[in-house]
Amino acid sequence: MSNQNKSEYIVEVKDLKQYFPIKAGFNKIIPLKAVDGISFAIKPGETLGLVGESGCGKTTVGRSLLHLYKPTSGEIYFDGELVTDKNIHSLRKEMQMVFQDPYSSLNPRMTIEDIIGEPLDVHKLYANKAERRDKILDLMETVGLNSEHATRYAHEFSGGQRQRIGIARALAVDPKFIVCDEPVSALDVSIQAQVINMFEDLQAKLGVAYLFIAHDLLVVHHISDRIAVMYLGKIVEIASADELNENPIHPYTESLLSAIPMPDPNSAKQRNRIVLEGDVPSPMNLPSGCAFRTRCRYATEQCAKECPTLTDRGNGHFVSCINK
Amino acid sequence: MSNYILEVNNLQTSFFTDSGEVKAVNGVSFNLERGKTLGIVGESGSGKSVTAYSIMQILADTGKIVDGEVLYNGEDITKWNNKQMAGFRGKKCSIIFQDPMTSLNPTFSIGSQITEAVLLHTDRTKKQAKERAIEMLTLVGVNEPEKRLKQYPHELSGGMRQRVMIAMALACEPDILIADEPTTALDVTIQAQILELIQDLQKRLGMAVVMVTHDLGVIADMCDEIIVMYGGSVCERGTADDIFYKPHHEYTKGLLRSIPSTARMKERLVPIGGTPINLLNMPKGCAFCARCDSAMKVCLTEVPQELPISETHFASCWLNVKAQYEAENGGSQDE
Repeated sequence: MSNQNKSEYIVEVKDLKQYFPIKAGFNKIIPLKAVDGISFAIKPGETLGLVGESGCGKTTVGRSLLHLYKPTSGEIYFDGELVTDKNIHSLRKEMQMVFQDPYSSLNPRMTIEDIIGEPLDVHKLYANKAERRDKILDLMETVGLNSEHATRYAHEFSGGQRQRIGIARALAVDPKFIVCDEPVSALDVSIQAQVINMFEDLQAKLGVAYLFIAHDLLVVHHISDRIAVMYLGKIVEIASADELNENPIHPYTESLLSAIPMPDPNSAKQRNRIVLEGDVPSPMNLPSGCAFRTRCRYATEQCAKECPTLTDRGNGHFVSCINK
Repeated sequence: MSNYILEVNNLQTSFFTDSGEVKAVNGVSFNLERGKTLGIVGESGSGKSVTAYSIMQILADTGKIVDGEVLYNGEDITKWNNKQMAGFRGKKCSIIFQDPMTSLNPTFSIGSQITEAVLLHTDRTKKQAKERAIEMLTLVGVNEPEKRLKQYPHELSGGMRQRVMIAMALACEPDILIADEPTTALDVTIQAQILELIQDLQKRLGMAVVMVTHDLGVIADMCDEIIVMYGGSVCERGTADDIFYKPHHEYTKGLLRSIPSTARMKERLVPIGGTPINLLNMPKGCAFCARCDSAMKVCLTEVPQELPISETHFASCWLNVKAQYEAENGGSQDE
């Protein structure tokens, strides 16, 4: 997936590792491998979905991309430029984030105007107060908020509206890339659809690329061009959304897809659910070889010895499994 | 005696808050057959959990059942006193909650929490209760049950905790299990395990299940009958096929259109406009009228009555009344 052509990808990640030091007794620190060597690339205007169970490191990937955590190792390129501590401040004008919880990600003491205006202040994107206000009202309209509510506080809004405020804040600096970390999972179904449509509209209008992190596979399939599946800090499969859903190769993807409860009683009755045994192993104490082998129904002795890597199965479909 | 283990008739539950009376449940009726699964689906604030809590009478202090009856085996349990209810909860009817992280007591071991229910409701000795706890943990698929008895909730994962909750709920073999969003806090793969477990236990123990959730996928997977709630009242009820393939209420239709499905994956979603209603400020007519695209004049002023669509299928929507009236072509039906 590496590519020397700099302009082709808006974001390129090479062998990103993010370890967190965990105290394990006196004078002993062991690394928690939240993200363990992942690579992917996103084209301008593209949506890459990132799915996986809780604790698999998908949120950490999003945060590391924006240097909200300093990556342990690996390289992140934005539009061909290597992201470092020095240029991250100016690059955050191009890369933004929408957070999961619309209740805790907005400052309760700030008015909506100030919340959306803060990125404008930080990057000094206006000449005078009137321009700042115009920009804010514009943004509110873009995300479907009533601009008369600019002087209200976050608690006066419903969950869906708050998520719109978070999105307006991310859009304020006119970014080319937004990390959306479970942006709809805290919302009711009827409101979810409104916000998903808005993400799609904004992409069509502004050409912004998304890394869409979520655990709801139906939503991810709907919104994404390509999907990456993570398990315990590694990408186990990456393919176009339709390809992944029709032809999952990795046993984890297979069971993940079979476990989605389908809103359709007839297909629910016919379906053969592959129920995984047990829980996700602790990332502090990973199994040897393939991390998934403890729950995999195809696991062989070889899986414990060999660490699989992503291999090309054609059509941009990459899988990391030695048996399939 | 009727076939139904649980009958709820015109249940009304209100919370008396400083800002006024909140009618969280406003006239809910349904019947639950022995061994069957009933799904209650709705958005947050639709009153689905309060309906479940009203059956168990575990409402917050400000909440009160204002009207209606809950018949268990033909007996109205809303008239029962605290002592009678204590014998009902856990023995006849158990509940598992959404959040397995907060619904277990962190200061007691798993073993003492499960045996508590057994000792309270049966005349088993402590030793027998412990055996029962081990038996239950084995039943719900917890490995090394003897060791788990001495562990505390924080030592277990989310899926394991939910299994312990289920073991606790089923320890006294209740007739009814109420599951209030049992898998919402869990991952898909763990959710599949828990749903499979509930279905399996239901078959083995023959209990009836009330499944409260907002997830239409879970509902389609699990339920024989479904009631759809909005703003404290039932807008539609029927079998799973009725609700998913022949929805007759605009809210149900909207709900089904607003979720992505495999059949129309790349089509644009059709959201329900507007925001969920404020229960303190209920409209005069149909609760859904402000968000309904097909709302008519009558919807704004009159609450729609429940109308049978078929023998198993009921909906409360004026459009059905209109359609039926038109079908009868101006007959003597009074509208």
